[in-house]
Amino acid sequence: MITPNHKAPLTFATIEPDAGLKAALAKPRVDLIAEITASQLKGRGGAGFPTGVKWNLAAAAQADTKYVICNADEGEPGTFKDRVLLSDHADLVFEGMTIGGYAIGSKIGILYLRGEYTYLRAHLDAVLAARRAKGLLGKNVAGKQGFEFDIQIRMGSGAYVCGEETALIESLEGHRGEPRNRPPFPVDTGLNKLPSVVNNVETFAWVTSILVKGSAWFKAIGTQRSTGLKIFSVSGDCKQPGIYEFPMGITVAKMLEAVGGSDAKAVQIGGASGHCVPASEFGRVIAFEDVSTGGSVIVFGAHRDMLHVAKNFLEFFVEESCGQCTPCRDGNPKLLGGVELLEQGRCSMRYLNELSSLGETMQIASKCGLGQSAPNAFLSIVKHFKDELMGRTQGEAH
Amino acid sequence: MADNLNDSTSRAPVSQTGHVIPPVDDEGMIGARVTLTIDGQEVKVPLGTTIHDAAKRAGIHIPTLCAHPDLCMAGLCRVCVVEVEGMRTLQASCAYPVSQPMKIHTHTRKVRQARRHIIDLMLSHHYGECYACGRNNNCELQTLAKEYGVDFFRFGHPDKPMYAKDESSHSVIRDMNKCVLCRRCVRTCIDLQEVGCLEAVDRGDKTKIATFMDKPLADVVCINCGQCINRCPTGALRANDPTDEIWAAIDDPKKHVVIQTAPAPRAAIGECFGLEPGHPLTFELNTAMKLCGFDKVFDTNFTADLTIFEEGAELLLRLQDALKTKKGPVFLPQFTSCSPGWVKYLEHFYPEYIPNLSSAKSPQQMFGAVIKTYYAQLNNLDPKDIVTVALMPCSAKKFECNRPEMTDSGFKDVDYGLTTRELAKMIQEAGIDLPKMAKSDFDSPFGSATGSGVIFGTTGGVMEAALRTVIELVVGIKVENLFDHADIIPLRGMDGIKYVELTIPSVGEVPAILKPLFESWDFLKGVTVKVAVAHGTANAHKVMEDLKNGGPLSQCHFIEFMGCPGGCIGGGGQPIPTSQEIREARAKAIYAEDSAYPIRKSHENPAVLELYTKFLTEGPCGHKSHKLLHTHYTPRGKYIAE
Ligand SMILES: Cc1cc2nc3c(=O)[nH]c(=O)nc-3n(C[C@H](O)[C@H](O)[C@H](O)COP(=O)(O)O)c2cc1C
Ligand code: SF4
Ligand code: SF4
Ligand code: SF4
Ligand code: SF4
Ligand code: FES
Repeated sequence: MITPNHKAPLTFATIEPDAGLKAALAKPRVDLIAEITASQLKGRGGAGFPTGVKWNLAAAAQADTKYVICNADEGEPGTFKDRVLLSDHADLVFEGMTIGGYAIGSKIGILYLRGEYTYLRAHLDAVLAARRAKGLLGKNVAGKQGFEFDIQIRMGSGAYVCGEETALIESLEGHRGEPRNRPPFPVDTGLNKLPSVVNNVETFAWVTSILVKGSAWFKAIGTQRSTGLKIFSVSGDCKQPGIYEFPMGITVAKMLEAVGGSDAKAVQIGGASGHCVPASEFGRVIAFEDVSTGGSVIVFGAHRDMLHVAKNFLEFFVEESCGQCTPCRDGNPKLLGGVELLEQGRCSMRYLNELSSLGETMQIASKCGLGQSAPNAFLSIVKHFKDELMGRTQGEAH
Repeated sequence: MADNLNDSTSRAPVSQTGHVIPPVDDEGMIGARVTLTIDGQEVKVPLGTTIHDAAKRAGIHIPTLCAHPDLCMAGLCRVCVVEVEGMRTLQASCAYPVSQPMKIHTHTRKVRQARRHIIDLMLSHHYGECYACGRNNNCELQTLAKEYGVDFFRFGHPDKPMYAKDESSHSVIRDMNKCVLCRRCVRTCIDLQEVGCLEAVDRGDKTKIATFMDKPLADVVCINCGQCINRCPTGALRANDPTDEIWAAIDDPKKHVVIQTAPAPRAAIGECFGLEPGHPLTFELNTAMKLCGFDKVFDTNFTADLTIFEEGAELLLRLQDALKTKKGPVFLPQFTSCSPGWVKYLEHFYPEYIPNLSSAKSPQQMFGAVIKTYYAQLNNLDPKDIVTVALMPCSAKKFECNRPEMTDSGFKDVDYGLTTRELAKMIQEAGIDLPKMAKSDFDSPFGSATGSGVIFGTTGGVMEAALRTVIELVVGIKVENLFDHADIIPLRGMDGIKYVELTIPSVGEVPAILKPLFESWDFLKGVTVKVAVAHGTANAHKVMEDLKNGGPLSQCHFIEFMGCPGGCIGGGGQPIPTSQEIREARAKAIYAEDSAYPIRKSHENPAVLELYTKFLTEGPCGHKSHKLLHTHYTPRGKYIAE
């Protein structure tokens, strides 16, 4: 486990408790959603869907019961920022969920907590109890007549795919955690077939912060298409691993400098499902329009064997694929088999090309984000480190 | 009244039921349409139509594998992917309901490449050789491989099996080495049949279809309906095939091999010989079976008519107890018992309702018992030398004939249940071109039966046959006076649950054959008889829940249940593929055959009446009937022993 080692205190530490909720409840629902939309906040779970748009769709959906779901399944290898947020800033997250409840017209919030984070459960229950005692949950929340909202915690059981929002919903319904077809989307047909908003832990914390500091503040930070600040979980071959807050649009090089990893050979951004950026491309920016990420940054030093890295990730996907769709279920083991052949120096160029093209199929034909991103690391490593990989060729056995 | 009962109550997870698509209806949907451009061609379709179905309307074929017209959408094999302009990823056309105009391309390079990869990946996990496979030439995986020009195994091919075959069941054999994980069987079992004994377990490349705790199929709640077989695209699921044993019996000169044929296989077997669904080959089949070497060919309809006597008398006795003598507990509604899938479903899921099941055996089993007793006597045959084969549309019939209690003749009443598909294979093996055969009649002494016996093959048929007889025997008037051509139309068609009421205006004389049981019909005067019909065990489930909750159907007197969608014509032994359209065509053939029979009503079957005068002399539900033609059931429950 990596100990948080903040360079500077997170913005979240400076947000006055309950101020965001009060500001939100003072606004009509439309204006509240307009404020979130104006900040151009995009989901911090990885996919980067505009939060305001999502909430607007859920608010417009006609139903007596709706759900606000906080995705705390944090399963992406190399990510631990949600864990830190939940231990240090749980109030901010719950406040953001309550704001969401008000915005979309929901009474029920659910925190879907990663099974491995069970140790946080007691702490989170205590925070919720304290909020109930203070009238920040329950009937007439924070004195707002007629606004009722409460939050329950539900535990995951260790499947990475249950972080995918529709699989998460299946899991909440008591079924096998498998992604659904979309459309329909959760905002329309979610938990128990009712409109549901699913957002990442960090997204909710930023919602609260935006209501305190204003959308203009948030929008002024970052790039045109990726506004605001982002929390990163940095690990690997660097001097100061830990939790960092950077503005969106920071270059890979700048970030490496800040964490003491400038001599890296490559950086894996976005976890196992992200992209492997080689040193030659450290000038690229971390933003939804370039290298997008849910926050995981893994630094690889010069001594790392990139094939080993690819193998590690593929083993993860072979294990975590839900097994539903053909490209992901049967494709990942083929890519892994290819890596093993490469290791033994027995993979022909022809077969490597075949596997790369299979990887491209997986990216576009898999049913959910897991299979669609599973080949990313393999493909970027093959692209950038082909010489290192083929250097081992001993013969054309395959 | 049964309207709301026809709503879906599927307990399948949403990922399996998916989005419910409104029926594609050309009329009355003006305004709610979307215009798509598919491969440059404009198609206007109702909102919610899938891309796949929209393309079909435009005459464009998109391959599918996990999609099946009887099942909810799944979207998991990804063979049907298409490119949609403006979308980064390809979309599964079978699972994408359209809501806005889109430009779609169905065979771009990306799409073709993806499909080829997907097929190659499936083959890399598929252990099996087409020429040694029951589904050769009738396999969707094989067809895909052909359509996409697979000429080598790009990602390898297994050279040894990964799983042992499960051959525990009398009805269904599972060879998971040929499974492509399309989960059609899972959706069939839980969605269509409400049984749920198959499920995907484990993850990633360890994913497999398994029973509860991986137990043999014979030890779980499988009702043997074989609906999963009918929808499996590959040879992974098969019926337990007795053709080798049957050939051996035919080849053995000491054996007298008789075959009885049920109406549903006769209406469908043509499909195995390239005919369109809906061409019955009843009399051609008689010739072909004789050529194959069967000694005698009988019509199961004979015992269907016999069932109407036995089951009908049993119902009238229950009604007499309920309305007149008022003695003892009376179990109403009475349930039909001729569908062994349904019977096992009840034994597992509603064992407390076993007393409601008619004790009458199914026509198949009655026939077996009659052949090894009455027929053996008549022809001076030693019953141990008789081999009885039953041509059935059904895989559950294989289990039924192996029930330990089905030996009332002193022998195994029916030796083998043979499905439509298996007989077709025997006929092909004998080099016979079935559709070209001359017609020939069934053998005596059972002759060819009545139209009522024929319609046993489709949902509502047993009830229609029963009502025809009850009306005439009790009311004493011709059915034709109440229903044109004696066609009881409200009992027909593919509605999941049908309901009919009939008030008995006046009563006639008790006919001689029923005199031992009833003095008069006065207790039925003015009574409104209420009956219902359900097919497919998901519908049976709805009826049973309604009964348990004291709903409207609990007022019924008689309910017909058939385990398979559409009744026997949709049985688990019928030709593959199946769909509502195909089943409707088969049903139509059955009704056409019914109206062509000179005798339409069971109680007028001369051979049955003769059996009652010569053999079952105490009449229906008499002592001998009880011994040979009635049975008992086993409460099984849902729980599976360690
Ligand atoms: C395989 C997979 C795993 C995911 N895991 C998580 C996760 O652990 N936490 C998370 O917030 N989002 C995860 N997501 C993204 C969610 O599906 C969803 O987009 C997100 O929760 C939406 O919240 P946001 O808009 O606030 O980012 C995952 C997606 C995929 C495809
Ligand atoms: S891509 Fe992988 S995880 Fe996603 S549905 Fe397909 S098999 Fe499951
Ligand atoms: S299941 Fe199909 S593809 Fe497989 S061996 Fe049988 S016929 Fe061939
Ligand atoms: S035979 Fe029927 S009950 Fe048995 S597994 Fe197949 S569908 Fe389910
Ligand atoms: S057994 Fe047949 S129907 Fe079931 S998943 Fe496998 S291939 Fe599909
Ligand atoms: S047929 Fe569409 S995904 Fe399988």
